[in-house]
Amino acid sequence: MPVSHLADRPIWTRRTTRQQFAAYAGWLALVALTIFAFQVMTRDTIWFFVQDAPRQAGDLLDRAWPPRWSYLDRLWAPLWDTLNIATLGTLLGILIAVPVAFLAARNTTPSLAFARPIALLIIVASRSINSLIWALLLVAIIGPGLLAGIIAIGLRSIGFIGKLLYEAIEEIDESQVEAVKATGARGSQVIDYAIVPQILPTFAGISVFRWDINIRESAVLGLVGAGGIGVQLNSSLARLAWSEVTVIFIVILATVVVSEWVSAKVRGAII
Amino acid sequence: MLRVEALTKRYKTGDKALTDVSFDVPSGQVVGLIGPSGAGKSTLIRCVNRLVEPSSGKVFLGDREITRVGRGELRRVRRRIGMIFQEYALVERLTVMENVLSGRLGYVPFWRSFLRRFPQGDVDKAFALLDRVGLSDHVDKRADALSGGQRQRVGIARALEQDPELLLVDEPTASLDPKTSRQIMRLICEICRERGLPAIINIHDVLLAKMFVDRIVGLRAGRIVFDGPPDALDEEALTAIYGSEDWNAMRKEADETAKDAAEAADFEARAQAGAA
Amino acid sequence: MSASAPGASAPAARGRRWKRPPIFIQRGWLRLVVYGGFVLYLALAISTVEVNWSRVAEGMERGWRFVQGFLTPDFTSRSTDIVKGFVESLTMTLTSTVAGVILSIPIGVGAARNIAPLPVYAVCRAIVAVSRSFQEIIIAILFVAMFGFGPFAGFLTLTFATIGFMAKLLAEDIEDIDEGQAEAMRATGASWWQVLNWGIQPQVLPRLVGLSMYRLDINFRESAVIGIVGAGGIGATLNVAMDRYEYDTAAAVLLLIILIVMAAEYSSSWLRKRIQ
Repeated sequence: MPVSHLADRPIWTRRTTRQQFAAYAGWLALVALTIFAFQVMTRDTIWFFVQDAPRQAGDLLDRAWPPRWSYLDRLWAPLWDTLNIATLGTLLGILIAVPVAFLAARNTTPSLAFARPIALLIIVASRSINSLIWALLLVAIIGPGLLAGIIAIGLRSIGFIGKLLYEAIEEIDESQVEAVKATGARGSQVIDYAIVPQILPTFAGISVFRWDINIRESAVLGLVGAGGIGVQLNSSLARLAWSEVTVIFIVILATVVVSEWVSAKVRGAII
Repeated sequence: MLRVEALTKRYKTGDKALTDVSFDVPSGQVVGLIGPSGAGKSTLIRCVNRLVEPSSGKVFLGDREITRVGRGELRRVRRRIGMIFQEYALVERLTVMENVLSGRLGYVPFWRSFLRRFPQGDVDKAFALLDRVGLSDHVDKRADALSGGQRQRVGIARALEQDPELLLVDEPTASLDPKTSRQIMRLICEICRERGLPAIINIHDVLLAKMFVDRIVGLRAGRIVFDGPPDALDEEALTAIYGSEDWNAMRKEADETAKDAAEAADFEARAQAGAA
Repeated sequence: MSASAPGASAPAARGRRWKRPPIFIQRGWLRLVVYGGFVLYLALAISTVEVNWSRVAEGMERGWRFVQGFLTPDFTSRSTDIVKGFVESLTMTLTSTVAGVILSIPIGVGAARNIAPLPVYAVCRAIVAVSRSFQEIIIAILFVAMFGFGPFAGFLTLTFATIGFMAKLLAEDIEDIDEGQAEAMRATGASWWQVLNWGIQPQVLPRLVGLSMYRLDINFRESAVIGIVGAGGIGATLNVAMDRYEYDTAAAVLLLIILIVMAAEYSSSWLRKRIQ
């Protein structure tokens, strides 16, 4: 009771003493934990380098500017590859994510006890691991190149698309499903007539959104050898050619801005 | 035509929705199913086409026992039974025509329905039905662009597109205004008479029921407590169904009952004034 | 709306064809151009993917070893590296989330058009845009170059990324609040700070907590990546394991990452339920 009495007059406090104490203790624990974590983290940090950072930054800027624009000529092919990795990877992800989503949704899964947990595990595994790590694994397994990048993007997209799509399937209006069932439709027809029309706009929106994210991600996959403009970035970094790095950054930034614009336009048109 | 024998439905939670319900619907008869909310009206008509699985009892359509058939056969039985829903239950994002043609899903193979290539006979029938319910101008509109009354007309056309031998109608007027409600009820009953189609109409509006149906079945707490022609539905029968005096046993339905009873009294007063 | 008397409607013309109207693009030529262009692009894109099939075939054997690694993950032989990597990742995650959230609050408030003056708004929006435009990995490259290898550069990277993410969402939340409540506070004569504290904070705080939990989850996942470019964390351990072809150690690391992400997801949904 936040109202207590002192000399017959009610005293109002926002919380009871105990609540207040618990809240303070919680915040204190968080602060203590953060400080402790910071100390553990920086145990091996060489502070000389950190103090030196402004000078390093200035030096970097010196070498990075002006950008070497002539390098642009050698970026068009990798940029085209980057675009293809993103698009084909998204399509691959969609291809796998759609059945996984139907297996994961409570109202369409063939078995709650068996298929659903497996589908959910696929989704969480795909979501937990960044596309760059997928690429790292795939380059080791099938060798460097576009294919590794496409599969990496595809594998990461399964979790993202699958999760949002199965949530959309679980939120559909069941009465429409019941009505189509009542006409004597078979299972595939119920999906086609009652479920697909309801989730189609959401699905298109999710796919375009993921494509937009994939453009960003495929730009750096080359750092581990999975093709695209990141390969150029990696070699420029290795040669400490910062004026080339600047050009690459500008190209990536422009691509990201354009893809974000395209994705916003398409999503606006759908919804 | 339809025979229901000793139908009982018990939900997993233990609630008994229907207890030992038996009745016959002969060809061409339109039956109004009335009762307070929670009496099991919706459950009863869903047990007929097994959208809800009954716990025990039998349902026969003609001489086929619906409650015994397997999954494939159940689909073939369902396509013989048209159903019209409370909130229309149209697929909102499909066009009017697609919604009507979805009545043929039980008859066509998957590829035809997927490519929207229905046999021309089905399309002819759909156009004729849309004409009959007065929606010829809205064929390619999306269902969510229509008004409530228009949507329910699409729902009627979809059910008839199945060439049904029986019509199940679940609260067709619950979300409509009074005038549209009457138009929709009139349309359903006219069509049933044109085609000699038997129907079970689940309806909470007693007066509308009395106005249009051939026979009334009253449900209360999952049991049939009244079965007779609309004229026989007097105050005593209404009390048996809605239990307007038995507040304790019906605490859950109290509000609904009070509303219905008030409506009934109001209408009767007006009807008498009109007759005088 | 005529509920048409029987026989009043004209019989529909037989053989009238019906085709489903297109779903996405209504204009015929535009649809052809868009779809045709997309197919053409796909053909071009696929044709430029050069695959060294003999290398892939060779890789299948390694892939199989990797699958085996998942079935028999090796946590022990590189346990010190794994522990060190996870300690770095987890500490980095916590400190950068706390620092990022604290810094994002003033920037988020400044980037909300309904409470910030225009110059402040422009500056804060610019910070958000810069932070969001670049991948964490690119920021990490720059910070490693400036601050040297190790988790401190990773901490700065994740803090920077958190600021953009949180400030943007916070600003949008503030812009979406119920103006009435802030209005009511202003009407009592409250100062700008008091309006913020009484009229706005209660409305956005629950979502701020939720978003912070979500960002904690993202930061952990990102901390596993930036190690690849030398910014500390479990990514470095993973990278080394892959370089040495120690697939069973790599599998152990990946399994641990998945477990931690799952645990974080469960506990954050539990915490969110507790707070609301």
